[in-house]
Amino acid sequence: MKKTKTLALTAVAIIVTGGMMLTSCNGSGTGSKSDSTAAKGSEEDNTVMGAGATFPNPLYSKMFSEYNKSTGLKVNYQSIGSGGGIQQLTSKTVDFGASDAPLNGKQDSALSAPAVHIPITAGAVVISYNLPDMKDTLKLTPDVLAKIFLGEIKKWNDPKIAAVNKGVKLPATDILVAHRSDGSGTSNIFTTYLSKVSKDWDSKVGKGSSVNWPVGLGGKGNEGVAGSIKQTPGAIGYIELAYAIQNNMAYAKMQNAAGNFITPSIASITAAANIDIPADAKVSLTNTAAAEGYPISGLTWILVYKEQSYNSRSLDKVTKMLNMVKWMIHDGQQYCAPLNYAPLSTNAVTVGDAQLKTITFGGKPVLQ
Amino acid sequence: MSSSIDNNLITRPDQNLGRVISSITTPVSKVRSTKRIKRSYRHIRAENVFRRTLVIVALITVVLVLGILLTLVVQSTLSIKASGIGYVWGHVWDPVRDIFGAYPFILGTLLTSFLALFISIPFSFAVGVFLGEYHPKGWMPNLLKNTVELIAAVPSVIYGFWGLAVLVPIVRSFETKIGVDPVGLGIFTSSLILAIMIIPYAASLGRSMIQMVPSNLKEAAYSLGATRWEVIRSVIFPYTRSGLFAGVLLSLGRALGETMAVTMVIGNTSLIPKSIFAPGNTMASVIANEFTEADHPVYLSALIELGLVLFVVTVIINMIGKRLIKGFTN
Repeated sequence: MKKTKTLALTAVAIIVTGGMMLTSCNGSGTGSKSDSTAAKGSEEDNTVMGAGATFPNPLYSKMFSEYNKSTGLKVNYQSIGSGGGIQQLTSKTVDFGASDAPLNGKQDSALSAPAVHIPITAGAVVISYNLPDMKDTLKLTPDVLAKIFLGEIKKWNDPKIAAVNKGVKLPATDILVAHRSDGSGTSNIFTTYLSKVSKDWDSKVGKGSSVNWPVGLGGKGNEGVAGSIKQTPGAIGYIELAYAIQNNMAYAKMQNAAGNFITPSIASITAAANIDIPADAKVSLTNTAAAEGYPISGLTWILVYKEQSYNSRSLDKVTKMLNMVKWMIHDGQQYCAPLNYAPLSTNAVTVGDAQLKTITFGGKPVLQ
Repeated sequence: MSSSIDNNLITRPDQNLGRVISSITTPVSKVRSTKRIKRSYRHIRAENVFRRTLVIVALITVVLVLGILLTLVVQSTLSIKASGIGYVWGHVWDPVRDIFGAYPFILGTLLTSFLALFISIPFSFAVGVFLGEYHPKGWMPNLLKNTVELIAAVPSVIYGFWGLAVLVPIVRSFETKIGVDPVGLGIFTSSLILAIMIIPYAASLGRSMIQMVPSNLKEAAYSLGATRWEVIRSVIFPYTRSGLFAGVLLSLGRALGETMAVTMVIGNTSLIPKSIFAPGNTMASVIANEFTEADHPVYLSALIELGLVLFVVTVIINMIGKRLIKGFTN
């Protein structure tokens, strides 16, 4: 009896101390881990790490898996959000970052070396609404949209909405605004657009991935906003096009800068990107000048350092990674449309190619 | 030899002294006694190892908590420098202009938690009294007990989904009836969800406390002609007061920190709630919502400071609770 007790005591002690030793070993374990991966150089060269935007994640997953089938290159992409991707790129823990917004001045200066933006695909933010008795598609002008989200237009039968939707019977219900509660690239595109088209919005709210919303309810993710819209008659909110299509939600035609009312679609997003894109590819497609372009569209980028020789990376790995990015903006574009992403316009591909060629390894260009 | 006797005496205080002495005198038992001495050495060593392990593990817990506090303080220095003490009662949370005021979220956290507590207490006490006093055994009470415990085991995101799909429409029609803005999402809905989630904590602690009331106390009351209700009111409640309150405190702690379910039904707005039916936000849900895309250092630091405030609020409430429990026991 006593013997078993002693045994049990020592067993407990061994287990507990063993557990502690394991945890204490973990600290030093990371050091030796990097040594072992350095020995297996070829395998590390075949794995690329990326982190960033959640919006293009379904497309990226598809592209990376297809590319892996043909070349064997493994891409480990963590969709942690644009902000997180930029931070990881800044700390050089990933090979590439991905973001729904170009780097702003602060983020640029936080980087230790200049980075290059390569546009991969374009997406749109659509204005979805819940008006059960309305048969026609709602039309909105930038001014009306801004006033709704500022809380200045409160009822659906407001004369300002009626003036745009002539011959449509609008209900006297209250407007309930739904927006994203989590910081997101979708909010960033939407608020950037509103800041461009409305001085009031720009001065009162501004643009960003999270802003101080003057009215409305916050929902987490596209599904949170869509849930609020679906459940509440009279609700209006913004969601990604792909999500709206997949869930059969009604969305409005938006008046663009040229004055045309445009239905958001893959074609009208690609059209939005058919504008003069600056050489650094840092351009917002919102309020596009293209006559057939949907105005609340945006590009999404992959970010890499211009000089790729850092952290003792091999030229082999860098070449493989850049070839993959090149594939993404050329052959990889076929995977966009089936997943409701807009393929790049020819202008955007040209700029992307030019940007890729500026990337160097030890001062020498990697891709010819 | 004498030392071995000492050892035997130390490790085996219960052992018969006569046997020890006799074991010295006879050679056969001498062998047995050396065996026993060896074993008692092992005993002492095992005791020491076990005791030291306990101390170390316990200390690690303390170090971890202090470490978390230290990390929160260090990481939020940037925001503390930028906003100062005004952070706590600032009414505006505007990441675009770097204006950070946590007041709406502190208010939201306290409102939802205490409202939830208020709603849940009758239920958890009822369950506690029923299971502890009326029907401690049988299949039905067992079912009730297990169901209540299951409430605590269900992941909070499931409560969020259920709240969004079922509770929100019900609250909305209720709001239409009483004539407030029929939003459905808001402080009230999240308090309801929270109330359900925290019932098991106070209920199960209450049940075991009530079961522990000495039966001679109750029997004495019954023999004096007390009814069941009178026994509960004048014997059981006074006797278990501190235990019941500890259960309530445990529930409150759970409510303060709950994130996912609340985020899904609270409406997530940085505006100060005008009534309990208005949408609002809590500290935990703001952190969960905005952390991933906090894209500049001050913003990130402000969110971490929000975590620090939540930490401090929880500690303060716990300390007040401990005081109250002490007051009850005396």
